Amino acid sequence: MCPAFFSHFRLANLMKHLDELEAQSVYILREAYHGIEPLVMLWSLGKDSNVMLWLARKAFLGHVPFSVLHVDTGKKFPEMYAFRERYAEEWNLKFLKEECPPVEEIDPSLPPAARSAARKTAGLKTALEKHGFRGVIAGIRRDEQATRAKERVFSPRGESGQWDFRDQPAEFWDQYKTDFPPEAHVRIHPLLHWTELDIWLYTKREGIPLISLYFSKDGKRYRSLGDQDITFPVESDASTVDETIAELRETKVPERAGRAMDHEREDAFERLRTTGYM
Amino acid sequence: MSLRTAQSLHLNEPLRIVIVGHVDHGKSTLIGRLLFDTDSVPESKVAEVEAISARRGMVTEWSFLLDAFQAERDQAVTIDTTQIWFKSAKRNYVIIDAPGHREFLKNMVSGAATADAAVLVVDAAEGVKEQTRRHAYLLHLLGVRQVCVVVNKMDLVDYDQARFDQVAGEARDYLADIGVAVSYVLPVSARMGDNLAQPAEKLAWFDGPTMLQALDSFQSVSRPAGQPLRFPVQDVYKFDERRILAGRIESGVLRVGDRLLFSPSNLTAHVASIESWSTPAPAVEAHPGESVGITLDEQIFVERGEIASHEAEAPQLSNVFRATLFWLAKESLTVGKRYKLKLATRDANVQVEAIEKVIDTDSLAGRTAEALERNGVGEVVLRARTPLALDEYRSLPKTGRFVLVDGYDTVGGGAISMEGYPDQRPALHVKSTNITPVSHRVSAGERAKVVGHAGGVLWFTGLSGAGKSTLAMALEQHLFQRGYQVYVLDGDNVRKGLNANLGFSPDDRAENIRRVGEVAALFADAGIICIASFISPYRADRERAREAAGERFHEIYVKADLAICEQRDPKGLYRRARTGEIPEFTGVSSPYEAPEDAQLTVDTGEQGIEDCLKALGDYVESRFNLRRNGG
Repeated sequence: MCPAFFSHFRLANLMKHLDELEAQSVYILREAYHGIEPLVMLWSLGKDSNVMLWLARKAFLGHVPFSVLHVDTGKKFPEMYAFRERYAEEWNLKFLKEECPPVEEIDPSLPPAARSAARKTAGLKTALEKHGFRGVIAGIRRDEQATRAKERVFSPRGESGQWDFRDQPAEFWDQYKTDFPPEAHVRIHPLLHWTELDIWLYTKREGIPLISLYFSKDGKRYRSLGDQDITFPVESDASTVDETIAELRETKVPERAGRAMDHEREDAFERLRTTGYM
Repeated sequence: MSLRTAQSLHLNEPLRIVIVGHVDHGKSTLIGRLLFDTDSVPESKVAEVEAISARRGMVTEWSFLLDAFQAERDQAVTIDTTQIWFKSAKRNYVIIDAPGHREFLKNMVSGAATADAAVLVVDAAEGVKEQTRRHAYLLHLLGVRQVCVVVNKMDLVDYDQARFDQVAGEARDYLADIGVAVSYVLPVSARMGDNLAQPAEKLAWFDGPTMLQALDSFQSVSRPAGQPLRFPVQDVYKFDERRILAGRIESGVLRVGDRLLFSPSNLTAHVASIESWSTPAPAVEAHPGESVGITLDEQIFVERGEIASHEAEAPQLSNVFRATLFWLAKESLTVGKRYKLKLATRDANVQVEAIEKVIDTDSLAGRTAEALERNGVGEVVLRARTPLALDEYRSLPKTGRFVLVDGYDTVGGGAISMEGYPDQRPALHVKSTNITPVSHRVSAGERAKVVGHAGGVLWFTGLSGAGKSTLAMALEQHLFQRGYQVYVLDGDNVRKGLNANLGFSPDDRAENIRRVGEVAALFADAGIICIASFISPYRADRERAREAAGERFHEIYVKADLAICEQRDPKGLYRRARTGEIPEFTGVSSPYEAPEDAQLTVDTGEQGIEDCLKALGDYVESRFNLRRNGG
């Protein structure tokens, strides 16, 4: 088989793969928009939530028909705030912002980084109460973290936002849970079936804008973006989308290696999630 | 902590595999070891698992790789479906790890429903167990067709070939009984890594492939080409001047310019465009799996839940159907209960009309039962208030399956079979258009005055052998002698002429009854009492006959138990039905839906023919005779 044919074949397969991921996410977003009201999409400004916003515009033909919320810890990188101001306007978003409470108000029994991350959960809760959202669209993926691998696409949360991973609803044949008690809300995960590499390949194909922190500067780049004080760059020379994709195909370093709260104790992240973290 | 690390070299859609089997037969260990053998685990993670195992005084326990939750580690039981990625030299895989605990069936179903292939793990020492059978049965029901059986823990039976052959035989026998063609049965030891990714010396007697080679031979289950178009409407958007129908192509191909039929509304329109945002060029056709938005050339009122198709290959319409159902809820399913049904994008209220049988997945025996219990499988009949657009699961699974919701929870999933039930489409929709009925100059009242009684339809329904024809003819004579204008339409007589082109399939039976209903209504219009004597087993058909005649329709249930009818068997039909010589015989191989509130019931099993006749005569006297009633 000649190399040209081979690469064409691979390219066709890749397009098909991305098309299928996209179609499934669009289906999920449309189910959420039809079945749950009022609805909000969380926008962390990172690569995944940018893809998620892009998919919403695919689903709703250029529109984002629900609110887009940034839960702001106040500790993000300056590049992230600049990105937010620019695209909230350019993409014509119904943009909302919620400030998080100071760390002193958070459960002191959590390890330090997890305690800092838990501010986000508290900020989200405040926003939910304030606006009465019944559905929260979040860009988590099964491949990024083991407890997230257990998630459902439509994942109900109790009154105080807690996740009961022991008693999750049955979810099959693309029939999602859109019925739940009045005091509960549901998290919707349209990227659950995507991988980190899929996100990059799709970002490249669609030309989705990204924060420059993802690209190498002085031999280091961020693979995952959180708060300045609990997120650390990884060793990397990848300074373009293509170089990042090439690097991801070889690496054995986990994506969230630079996220401190994942690694403090065996169950730190699990505790964060059961109490309502994304 | 991430299980996904070395990312794919292969850019195709990964093959989705579900691993099922009895609790403690070694599913998680098998997956953990497979990840290690395919170099899919970061070194730090391997070290972590080795450290945890050592701390607990165990040899390396590969299942810890999967047990993400602290709680699970302590219980050593996988709680929920976990998805993990790995790759072989040939392709990418996603493994869905399904738990073996009986009460966690809903998690297994949630994982297995999306799988391309399944690995069924059986303990070499314990052999095939209850959950092995149940999981295999559900795989079959969920539509997973590629199955690899691995006989695990061969190290614990000293790699004994005879023991392997015995367990392999048990597994093959059961799977053959439920109609699953097993692709492979392989001996492995997950703990030792024998015959997973590498062949094992201790299994030198086995000349088949390794598990990884077996998996590599499976195909990604693609959506078959050449099927009829099904485009369930998911939503209708009007963000700007365009009115866009959003949805996913479940089967077939949709093209710009196609004439679409929407069911059940029966409206039609052409596809004007396929809309999208930020794509290189507008699409002119859409294929299975694609989520699209379309515009139509006409403003017709369609909403979520309608299924668009081409006219020639439309889905069936029915408000009653049969289904094989698996049940997940604590509260069991019983006759008469109501649930919300979700079929593609349609929601509808349904009632359980019958539980035909409950299937024991261990022995595969079917038994009659009052209730379908949690984790059970059974065959049920469901009835909706209005007709639904649907397909047979075996021909078009995406529009032939549904879930049931009780309160806030999904409680079961079902596969539709229309066996024994007609497509109601021909009867529901008038084909001819531009009809302007003309008015008679003689009114019904004037006709009644002349003959002394009103016209009407006495609709006799009941099993074959219940006594319908006998009573119909006797009543005709009785009324005629008393001066009534009366005429009997009888099944066998009508089939000689008017309905000579119809057989006994559900569709033909429905059409037979539709025609008779219309003719009977014409007789009633003419001022005659028309006695229509037909088995007419389907409630929906009788309801249509009632609609044709309106208030002049009287449903008479000629009742007799099946056993009595079968004993009478005046035409020898039951005997022939029991031998299979007559297919689709009402009461034997085809359902009879008894009337819910007939105007009159005569029970020929309980009462003599004279008593029945008297009841019928009295009924007609009281309802039809104008002179007696002072008219």
